[in-house]
Amino acid sequence: MLLREVDYVRPSTVEEAVALLAGYEGARALAGGQTIVNVMKSRAAAPDVLVDLADLDKLRTIGFSSEGLLEIGAMVTCAQLVNSSEVEVARPILAEVAGTIADVQVRNRGTVGGNVCVNDPTNHLPPLLVALEATFTIRGRERERTVPADEFFLGVYLTAVGEGELLTKVNVPPSNDAGDGFAGVTIGKHGTYIVDAAATVSDDGVRIALGCVAAAPVRATAMEDSLAGSDFSEQSVAAAAQGLGVTLDPPSDVHGSAEYRRHLAEVSAVRAVLQAAGRRKGA
Amino acid sequence: MATPAPSRAISLEINGEQIEMEVPARRLLVHFIRDDLGLTGTHVGCDTGNCGACTVQLDGEPVKSCMMLAVQADGARIATVEGLAPDGDLTALQRAFNEHHALQCGYCTPGMLMSASALLARNPHPTEEEVRYALQGNICRCTGYVNIVEAVVAAGGGHA
Repeated sequence: MLLREVDYVRPSTVEEAVALLAGYEGARALAGGQTIVNVMKSRAAAPDVLVDLADLDKLRTIGFSSEGLLEIGAMVTCAQLVNSSEVEVARPILAEVAGTIADVQVRNRGTVGGNVCVNDPTNHLPPLLVALEATFTIRGRERERTVPADEFFLGVYLTAVGEGELLTKVNVPPSNDAGDGFAGVTIGKHGTYIVDAAATVSDDGVRIALGCVAAAPVRATAMEDSLAGSDFSEQSVAAAAQGLGVTLDPPSDVHGSAEYRRHLAEVSAVRAVLQAAGRRKGA
Repeated sequence: MATPAPSRAISLEINGEQIEMEVPARRLLVHFIRDDLGLTGTHVGCDTGNCGACTVQLDGEPVKSCMMLAVQADGARIATVEGLAPDGDLTALQRAFNEHHALQCGYCTPGMLMSASALLARNPHPTEEEVRYALQGNICRCTGYVNIVEAVVAAGGGHA
């Protein structure tokens, strides 16, 4: 038996899930389990109570709000994102990127909520959702609040979701006139990212978010500013990326030195912006 | 409000048979399948969710049974490699593995068969590219994958 003893409960409503998370010390939400089960096997963490969200059908839907936002339930799997007609219509980059997460088996179980709440620096969705200006709906016992992406991701395993709270949905604005891009360099063809970048280009400007360079996604704000009014030629996007690397303090590990990651950050940001600009409607 | 407990009485269908059993919350699905049910065709390869040897089908979709608790499968329909040919008559996919020499040591084969049969169920005539994409989560350290991919393409009626 690899896992330490743990108590398990399967609530049938969001209210009950929140009450359990708030009421039991050491309680953790269990979504698809594609991270937490491994973490428990290695005993890097050992929650006392697992609150399994499996029966919360309300969190498994993809739909639209009255304002036209794409609403993705926290228990929606990566496989669901890949096959969703709503995603295809409103923000196809989500399906494109979700289809490159891990492998079929992990996409069948792994959820959007789990991916963002783990906020592993190599996870795909956190930088993408920052670039897309997503917002996150969090339920507590007393109230529900909505947090913008720039304030949601705080560190590894650390988000704005506090103790006794539950992420219920991720809200993404539809593309409208925007073009979206995602680029990076992986370990092997389908492996983990060494550095990645997400970008969106619209009439409102450019948003760029980098993954794998810090404990949470990093906005490339100086590059965004210098792209205001750009013609988005390869030359001008590359020029805008100059100096991005030195502003970063990425980790060094067996897959790449900090210096190499600084270089890859500029390369990835340029590729993501060019892809986004090329996909912009009317481009 | 439901009360957390260290075990749960689960009810699930496995290879067409209905099972009801009390299991500890910390038991992995793969250990439940192998040790409690005695279905040892499902292999434990890496124990870290990387290799896919433990792949089973949960409600028709391939999942890694070492990355799931048995209690999470409560109410589900599970298929393991034993369920592919219950009467001993090999499926077209299994015959293709034989004909194309798609295994050497055989350790990864049950996981390969469960991923590939799920692919064939939703895409009966996959291309080589589709087969490779569907088998990304299954690692083989013997064959170099060429014969495995050929076998799955052939099982779908294509010529690799």
